[in-house]
Amino acid sequence: MDAGRSEPVIRMENVSKFFDDFQALKDVSLDVALGEKVVVCGPSGSGKSTLIRCINRLEKHQSGTIRVAGVELDDRRESLNAVRANVGMVFQQFNLFPHLTVLQNLTLGPVRARKMPAAKARDLAMRYLERVRIPEQAGKYPRQLSGGQQQRVAIARSLCMEPKIMLFDEPTSALDPEMINEVLEVMAELAASGMTMICVTHEMGFARRVADKMVFMDYGEIVEMSDPAKFFTAPESQRCRDFLEKILHH
Amino acid sequence: MTTPSISLHLTLRAVVVVALALAVSGCSANWGWYVVDPTIPSGASNLLFLLSGLKYTILLSLTAIAISIFTGLLIALPGLSEKPLFRGINRTYVELIRAVPILVMILWVYYGLPQLADISIGVFWAGVIALALSDSAFEAEIFRAGIQSIGKGQYEAAHSISLSYTDTMRFVILPQAIRRILPALGNQLVYMLKMSSLVSVIGMQELTRKANELVVSQYRPLEIYTILVLEYLVLILIVSAGVRWLERRLKTDERN
Repeated sequence: MDAGRSEPVIRMENVSKFFDDFQALKDVSLDVALGEKVVVCGPSGSGKSTLIRCINRLEKHQSGTIRVAGVELDDRRESLNAVRANVGMVFQQFNLFPHLTVLQNLTLGPVRARKMPAAKARDLAMRYLERVRIPEQAGKYPRQLSGGQQQRVAIARSLCMEPKIMLFDEPTSALDPEMINEVLEVMAELAASGMTMICVTHEMGFARRVADKMVFMDYGEIVEMSDPAKFFTAPESQRCRDFLEKILHH
Repeated sequence: MTTPSISLHLTLRAVVVVALALAVSGCSANWGWYVVDPTIPSGASNLLFLLSGLKYTILLSLTAIAISIFTGLLIALPGLSEKPLFRGINRTYVELIRAVPILVMILWVYYGLPQLADISIGVFWAGVIALALSDSAFEAEIFRAGIQSIGKGQYEAAHSISLSYTDTMRFVILPQAIRRILPALGNQLVYMLKMSSLVSVIGMQELTRKANELVVSQYRPLEIYTILVLEYLVLILIVSAGVRWLERRLKTDERN
């Protein structure tokens, strides 16, 4: 994939983010090209989640600039629209709507936000449910599904908005071990289809398989950023080496 | 489906037993049940007179609760805002309205408001306005608590699929919040039915007013007010059963 050569679809420059006195992001810069897959890892509290939450404006950064599909993120309506049209997100806790069926979870966005006719939204939803391999669960409520199934529904729900970029915030961290693979499998297929992805995850097997770029964060900074081959064999910083040591040989 | 109707049935049966016990004991203690004895013509017409207040008690309470739930929701929403001004509006309304006793509110709306606004308000609408106004402050707090109990993740998920604020509230947050606050809303409806008795002071022809009028002509307060107690009891048991049924129905929606 010649991802590196095209115009970046996400460009973060010197982004800082504070929660009161605590600085969650320190001068972070990151470019993501269209179609590129970035895996972000690092110890807990290192700012990984904050980084991707800033990209779809669930958090507001205080300094630096973030551009998504060419639009700078700030308080303008245009920014919000750019995020809405381009960015999908999958959460650690799935965050499905518990009072709606799987199908209703999927069609709500297309019908309400994209003004799609109900029948068309239904077809779209069924298509994505087939893609995440659970079309037979369409009529069920989230609580009737396993964690792995719920997360796949959540992925399908995001895809129904047909975003350019998908953000994954530790999508397998809340899952029982036997369900992790079914979710990673769906994510790997999505990666193969050419989707631009930023994944916060500690699943290093998955990272090796799909990542174009590895990012290691610690204390709110990007400490190491390199291609997976170099990242896993010869990381430059001691902090990154220590971290990999811990999660690869536990 | 069966449990609530059975429990309602049992409660009603208990009520009848208590009423009969009172009636029997009345024989030995100079109770005058003849005043509401349906087997004699005067008793039957007195009973019908008492029951004729039912229509206005129900109409008044239902209209008032419908208005107060709607107003309460509108008042709750600014209370959840990040903007201090909006929260201030919510706080002021709630604190002010909550501080006025319902009886005082009824008197103020019926005698005061027409003079202030240069309009004429009938007894029924004065009652509705006073009850709805009083209750709306409580409804607002109930809605605020219900909405605040919904996790941040639901808002974030709604944001991530591009829902507007209105759609997020309408399709994601409120349907979940209302399920949680249903018992509290049921409480308020029961409360409203009881407080509607206060509207009798401005001449509303509801249950309590009818009982008062009958007492004045028949001089049998014990029997007549006992019937009044039973009227409210039955009414409220039916409402409780209805709320429980609704609660269960909404729950099965999620479990199926």
